[in-house]
Amino acid sequence: MIGTGRSVKSITARRRHPLARFAVVALALGLLGGGYALAAPNGGTADAAVASGKADDVAKGKDLFVAHCASCHGLNAEGTKSGPTLVGVGAAAVDFQVSSGRMPASDPGAQAPRKPLDEWVTPEAIDQLSAYVQSLGGGPTRPSAEQVDPAKGDPAKGGELFRANCIQCHNFVGAGGALTYGKYAPPLHESSPTQIYEAMATGPQAMPVFNDSVITPEQKRDMIAYITSVRGQADPGGASLGRIGPVTEGLVAWIVGISLLVLAAIWITAKKRQAHS
Amino acid sequence: MDTPPKAIAGVSTFLDDRLGAGSFLKRNLRKMFPDHWSFLLGEIALYSFVVLLLTGTFLTFWFKPSMGHVMYEGSYEPLKGIMMSEAYASALNISFDVRGGLLIRQIHHWAALLFVAGMMVHMLRVFFTGAYRKPRELNWLIGIGLLTLALFEGLTGYSLPDDLLSGAGLRITQGVILSIPLIGTYIQFFLFGGEYPGEDIISRFFTLHILLIPGILLALITAHMILMWVQKHTQMPGKGRTEKNVVGAPFYPAFMAKAGAYFLFTFGVLALLGTFAQINPIWLFGPYTPADISAGSQPDWYMGFLEGSLRLMVPWEINLFGTSGGTIPLSVLIPALVPLGIIMTGLALYPFLEQWVTGDRREHHIADRPRNNPHRTSIGFAAITFYGILWLLGANDEISANFHIGLYETTMFGRVAIFVGPVIAYFVTYRICLGLQRKDAEIVSHGVESGVIKRMPNGEYIEVHTPPADDILAHLRGKKEIPIIEGGADREGIPPKGARSLIGRLRAKMSRAYGTDRIPLEEGHGEEHVAVGAGERKEVH
Repeated sequence: MIGTGRSVKSITARRRHPLARFAVVALALGLLGGGYALAAPNGGTADAAVASGKADDVAKGKDLFVAHCASCHGLNAEGTKSGPTLVGVGAAAVDFQVSSGRMPASDPGAQAPRKPLDEWVTPEAIDQLSAYVQSLGGGPTRPSAEQVDPAKGDPAKGGELFRANCIQCHNFVGAGGALTYGKYAPPLHESSPTQIYEAMATGPQAMPVFNDSVITPEQKRDMIAYITSVRGQADPGGASLGRIGPVTEGLVAWIVGISLLVLAAIWITAKKRQAHS
Repeated sequence: MDTPPKAIAGVSTFLDDRLGAGSFLKRNLRKMFPDHWSFLLGEIALYSFVVLLLTGTFLTFWFKPSMGHVMYEGSYEPLKGIMMSEAYASALNISFDVRGGLLIRQIHHWAALLFVAGMMVHMLRVFFTGAYRKPRELNWLIGIGLLTLALFEGLTGYSLPDDLLSGAGLRITQGVILSIPLIGTYIQFFLFGGEYPGEDIISRFFTLHILLIPGILLALITAHMILMWVQKHTQMPGKGRTEKNVVGAPFYPAFMAKAGAYFLFTFGVLALLGTFAQINPIWLFGPYTPADISAGSQPDWYMGFLEGSLRLMVPWEINLFGTSGGTIPLSVLIPALVPLGIIMTGLALYPFLEQWVTGDRREHHIADRPRNNPHRTSIGFAAITFYGILWLLGANDEISANFHIGLYETTMFGRVAIFVGPVIAYFVTYRICLGLQRKDAEIVSHGVESGVIKRMPNGEYIEVHTPPADDILAHLRGKKEIPIIEGGADREGIPPKGARSLIGRLRAKMSRAYGTDRIPLEEGHGEEHVAVGAGERKEVH
């Protein structure tokens, strides 16, 4: 690199030039700004539509947005009194909310429930909407198929993570549970692996965000493996009784058990003895 | 035919000469048992207990009551390689790798639920028919003891598998113990052998669950049965039934066959539930770690009322001298002790309070029909409502989640209903009892509708009533007067000795309210209807 004392001296001299500090600041700013400009829009994990230059997806997404979402979220997704801003929520949030039917919401309740999809909600429409919202300010992107493949996860590890992070609200095996003020943790019976991943990444409605530094993508895949394997599991002990614990068991004990035995008691004692002749 | 075969005669003579069994059996085999379906309810608990002993013994063959850490290597995939206690691992082992283990485990658990449920319906029958009255008060107290012990037996039992759900129950148990002022901390350290959860609690609960409590239960059940046998069963009022006899079927052969059949019915229902309804799927709950807790953590149903009272309670606590002097967490202490205390103490004291109020020291072998003692029945239903609201609110999160009712609304409802509900239940039950009594009085005095309409000479239509059948009439006339203590002033205006104090006056007042028969049976004035009925029948024949 630098072989002689003289050149070191000359560098040192230039470094002490009165304009050097300005040059350094300018260079740093230029690198930062340029680097961000280069990295931010597609940053390696950016939405496929934008990365592959399908700008018309964004345009179509905007049309869909204006038609179906803007009444609550504002014409430019800036948010209104009845809906939050969507700048920065990311494609993952859009996909989760729209593909599960929660958005567009049918009424402004405490929490939007999962419901059957409207006719216009096709995978293509979701792609376009996602591309549009992603283009507004980035945010969590949708996971790849490999990231949510239950076959690649470890259900045992996922089960431990699930018990440590999810069951407080979603119940032991995802039957769902109550929250305050009309909110609830929904059951996980119908959630697709992608939706489970996106819910963790974006924290929809009452749910907290479990971002990649809290739960890594591999751990998320383990949890998906656990959730899907356990919910698909046949109940070895008979009818599942909803898998919500002792409440339904108690109901069955009384309604089936005690009722049957009371009927048996009535039947046994109702047989009249023949009078002695 | 008259002489038994030699093989039998020889053995029975041998036994008879040494045990005196012959005269014992002769006396007892012909013992009479009254025939009423409600008298079999207690047997649900008895036979469930038998099933519990048998299935429980099976489970102990494989269960390891240890909290030592092991890695799960069994056949349930989603837990493979997970660290857990030996107790949990062996419970999983029973469920998945022991032949018939899951079935026996499930029958054991269902039997536990029906054991307590059977005790409770039996207790309600005894209460509402007044079968706890003299001379059966002691047996009633034994019953209360059995019920209380059954709750602890259940608690120690469902804690044993050391799964995440049972751990939540264990944690609440610890919280309740800690909330006891002054000695709570010491008791907790003593029970758990140090900090929660420690390494000892499972093995200690195991000993309590399989040795101590079942031993006491067995002893008390034996005492309960012997007392019942000696004091004989109560019977419902009816034809030919008096305070001095028992009308029914002899133990051998009729009642024995019925009891045997009923055991098979109980066992059948338990096997049915154990086969087709999954209970306590511990593999879904995962191993216990004190850091994890799940939504929908509920106890088994018989602890539900305690869970509910805990959920209803307002967050009160007393801090003595700031927080340095110690905290008395009333928000745990009150719900843990007060409802249980009200219910169990109330049950235990009721026979004696009733005796005190009515001054009734007689023996009673004829049961009351619930309507004929309206205050007792109303008090009973107020208690059921109190218990029921607590029980219901123990599941308030499931109610909220499944019926889309706000969680806080259920709590607020419960906080009001726990006081208002029993009062409403009392008055509604009281009116229903009086209505039913009125109907009885009408049947006694007017007879039953015959379905024949008769036109009188003056054009009036009346329905002909016929007198009720003998057995029904005897059943209705079984209504007994409830005694009232002397409380009124005599001719000089001086009340009797006992009724002069404040308590005495209250007692006299309560006695009048409790005992006054508002709908006497003989008040009827319907002679002409019966007469017409009789006349009508003559014309027809």
